[in-house]
Amino acid sequence: MGEWWTTEASMENYEISSISHVTMSPSRQNSFVSSYSFPLAKSSYSVISAFCTEDNILQCISYINQELASLGLSSTYIEATSPEGTGLNAVPALNAMYELLQIHRRTMSTVEGLEKEQLKKSSTMELMQTSNTRLKDQLELSIREKSGLHEMERQLQLKIKTLQSCLKTEKDEVQKLQSIIASRASQYSHDAKRKEREAAKLRERLSQLLVDRKDKKLVAIDVLNSLGRSDGKRGHWKTAKATASHEGEMYKSLLSDYEASQKSLMLENAELKKVLQQMKKEMIHILSPRSSSGRGATADDSQEQHHDSDGEEKTGDTSRETLDQSCEHAREQLTNSIRQQWRKLRNHVEKLDSQVSQVQNQLESNKEMIPLETHEDEMERMRCEVQQCKEFIHAQQQLLQQQLNTSFDDETAALLNDCYTLEEKERLKEEWRLFEEQKRNFERERTNFTEAAIRLGREKKAFEEDRASWLKNQFLNLTPFTDRRRCSSSDGHSALSVRSEPEIRRSSVKAQLAKSSTYTTFSTPRSSQSAAVPSTPELYRTLRLIPESSSTRHSNRGLWQECSTIEDGDNRVKAKNGGRCSDLSIFSMGEDENSLN
Amino acid sequence: MNFSEVFKQSNQLCKVSPDGKYLATCVQYRLVVRDVSTLQIMHLYTCLDQISHMEWSSDSLFILCAMYKRGLVQVWSLEQPDWHCKIDEGSIGLVSSRWSPDGRHILNTTEFHLRITVWSLCTKAVSYIKYPKACQKGIDFSRDGSYMALAERRDCKDFVSIFVCDDWHLLRHFETETQDLAGLEWSPNGCVLAVWDSCLEYKVLLYSLDGRLLSTYSAYEWSLGVKSVSWSPSSQFLAIGSYDEKVRIINHITWKKIAQFQHPATVESTKATVYKEVERRPAVGTDEMSLHNITTGSTLFNTQSKYEICSLPVQVPVVKPDPDRANPKIGVSVLAFSSNNHYLATKNDNMASVVWVWNMQMMSLQAVLEQTSAVRCFQWDPCHPRLALCTGNTKLYLWSPGGCVAVQVPTEGGFQVHSLNWHCSGNSLILLGKEQLCLCYMETDEEDK
Repeated sequence: MGEWWTTEASMENYEISSISHVTMSPSRQNSFVSSYSFPLAKSSYSVISAFCTEDNILQCISYINQELASLGLSSTYIEATSPEGTGLNAVPALNAMYELLQIHRRTMSTVEGLEKEQLKKSSTMELMQTSNTRLKDQLELSIREKSGLHEMERQLQLKIKTLQSCLKTEKDEVQKLQSIIASRASQYSHDAKRKEREAAKLRERLSQLLVDRKDKKLVAIDVLNSLGRSDGKRGHWKTAKATASHEGEMYKSLLSDYEASQKSLMLENAELKKVLQQMKKEMIHILSPRSSSGRGATADDSQEQHHDSDGEEKTGDTSRETLDQSCEHAREQLTNSIRQQWRKLRNHVEKLDSQVSQVQNQLESNKEMIPLETHEDEMERMRCEVQQCKEFIHAQQQLLQQQLNTSFDDETAALLNDCYTLEEKERLKEEWRLFEEQKRNFERERTNFTEAAIRLGREKKAFEEDRASWLKNQFLNLTPFTDRRRCSSSDGHSALSVRSEPEIRRSSVKAQLAKSSTYTTFSTPRSSQSAAVPSTPELYRTLRLIPESSSTRHSNRGLWQECSTIEDGDNRVKAKNGGRCSDLSIFSMGEDENSLN
Repeated sequence: MNFSEVFKQSNQLCKVSPDGKYLATCVQYRLVVRDVSTLQIMHLYTCLDQISHMEWSSDSLFILCAMYKRGLVQVWSLEQPDWHCKIDEGSIGLVSSRWSPDGRHILNTTEFHLRITVWSLCTKAVSYIKYPKACQKGIDFSRDGSYMALAERRDCKDFVSIFVCDDWHLLRHFETETQDLAGLEWSPNGCVLAVWDSCLEYKVLLYSLDGRLLSTYSAYEWSLGVKSVSWSPSSQFLAIGSYDEKVRIINHITWKKIAQFQHPATVESTKATVYKEVERRPAVGTDEMSLHNITTGSTLFNTQSKYEICSLPVQVPVVKPDPDRANPKIGVSVLAFSSNNHYLATKNDNMASVVWVWNMQMMSLQAVLEQTSAVRCFQWDPCHPRLALCTGNTKLYLWSPGGCVAVQVPTEGGFQVHSLNWHCSGNSLILLGKEQLCLCYMETDEEDK
């Protein structure tokens, strides 16, 4: 089918192309026709020799005229110029031809339109057909599915039916069983009762028999001499008076118990009342200054509150007075006032809560300003320290354990371990606290040192700047460009003055360094020789005249590191500093202990 | 902690006199009375047959020895060693014998619970109480010794009789709303009587001394119910242990539940401390250990125990009971309040190796003691919040709010502690083995401090 369609399409295409070729250049073809059609036609006609010959021109003319008339072009009537019909009146003939051509063109265009339409239609039809087939497939599928579902439903329904029947039978069974159980239960209880009765009867009979045997010899008490009563009194006869006294005693004991319980309840009640009173007082205390002090915006409100609190104080007083009477009214008043104050307190607390949350939000937003990295670094360091402390404690614990284990034999050790571990725990806790304290001190010192280091860094930076400028000046002074030198002659003067300045500064820095090195372990002390002999990067910098502003703190740090790697001579000094520092730290620990003690 | 030497005993009959001065032990058919402080034999009495029950009178002057097989009761006097008394129940038989609180009467329960015979040592008089009920705890004297409550069964109905112990006058007699009464117990102040139904129904009834029903408590229906009941020493709480592995605490004002303690298989309570007993066998070959063994004189097979504090949650070993058998091993069977009312110790039968200690002030779990073997017996110190327990091995375990200790009983031949009793002063502990006994003296220095 597809092939057929394609061939059709190709044929059509061919036609269309031919048509389009024709229609593409109508004017030119027209001209062609006008210029060359005749000889062509002649030759073609001569070949075909069909319609018009020399002889039948007139007939042809009339025929054509008729045809034209039938086509509705009756206005143009072709006439022969001569009766023999050799010549043709050109104007009407041309007109007729033009008309014909027009008609032809129109028809051609309509044909073209129709063809296009047909193409479109055919394509839509193709689409429709494919969709149709697809839909058919779908339909088939859904029909199959539907049948499957139907089948399933049927099966399920069957199942339901069977299950329902099962349920019914089960229910019947349950009912039957229940009835059986009930009947059995009643039967068993009945049996049990009967058996019990029988047993009772048997027991009765047995006791009767035993009593009847009268063998006092067997059932007897043999006492050397009778004892006195434990309370030393003599036994008394059973009389009505005695029973009455028993009753009385029983009620007495009951009464005393109830009294005791009532007393305890009263005490508890009084205690609770006291607590309530105190709470109330405190509430009033808390609430009244708040209402009187604040909220200028809502003056009426505050006044109202003030009024309320006054009233409450009154009620509080009255309730206090009537507390001992403990009448309903007083209690109501008390509870009411408490309730009111509670409401107020709650409102207040809620307000405070909202304020706190606002403040917290602000704080949180502030917190975000602190860089996270430094935080983390600090945390990491602290963790390390904690780990070290823990290890130390663990080692100590082990040592203690060992000591204990060696000092006692195993059994007593096992015995005492539990007590000792408690004690040890206490002690370790104490030590832990000490360690914490020390750690905190260390932290404080460290922050101090870091600050000092930062300060040093800044100073160093300033010094470096100075030196750089000085070196620059020196370098410029050395250059043979005299005009420049002249230009910077003033600079040279200043350089001279500067030269003396860094010397002073260096010495001061040195002094500072010496000072700081006594505190810090990680200070990077620089010897004087490094200042005297500038390092290569510095030289480079001076040669390239890199502005100091561009070199950040980071780059500076890098420079220092380089310096420190270059300068081996410092190590001794560093070691010294380290030693001093450790001494100091121990000293500080001792101090802490002292302060703690 | 010191231990005395080991003495013989039989039938686990070994009791300290109520005044705490004497220790009476039975060895076959002999009764030995020792001074507690010196352990010297004070008196030695010989009975007619092997003694099956022994009891001190309340004034610590007499000792009752019952020989159930022979239906005989013999009473001995401490003051007059040649004084004697013999009660013969004859062919009617004897299943239980006890002192009345005044120490001048003996109550004998005959076979088949036909009757209770009350013998007076003052007048030789006999009185009978008929229809006593054979049940878990059918008879109870009030703490002050003035009243006796007795469960009775007549015409397939349960009754309770309240007697005045002074002259056995029947004060009250009332029917109880129980299907099958299982037990009764006076509150320590002697004003409330708790009565509970058999395990088929969860029902606890509270009666006033004058027989009025104060309250009825039932936690659930259609399941096995009450397994154990215990009053707190202050009469403030009534603890009810049941087959659903829970303890319910009832208050003395409204008689309603104020707390419920569960015994879960996984302990998750953050307030609780879980002590787990860990046994470690002495490794043979290490010089240190063998040296210790020699010094302590313990055998090679002895194992050392210690407690470890477990981090929560802890899985407790649970034995699933056989549902087809009667009296399934599940539920709270033992309840014991400490003397100061602050703690309650419980044991759940399907977690036999675990003792639970509850704090009654916080109403929460305080401690869990997981032993390596099933707990045989535990008892509170009568003076201090201190719990002693034994598991049938050679160790004694002590718990106090401060911690937990396991102590090896240092005796030859492996003394296995089956049961224990505190001396009334709380300074010493009597440990009972299968056929031996041993005293354990607590350190008193701590108390002096």
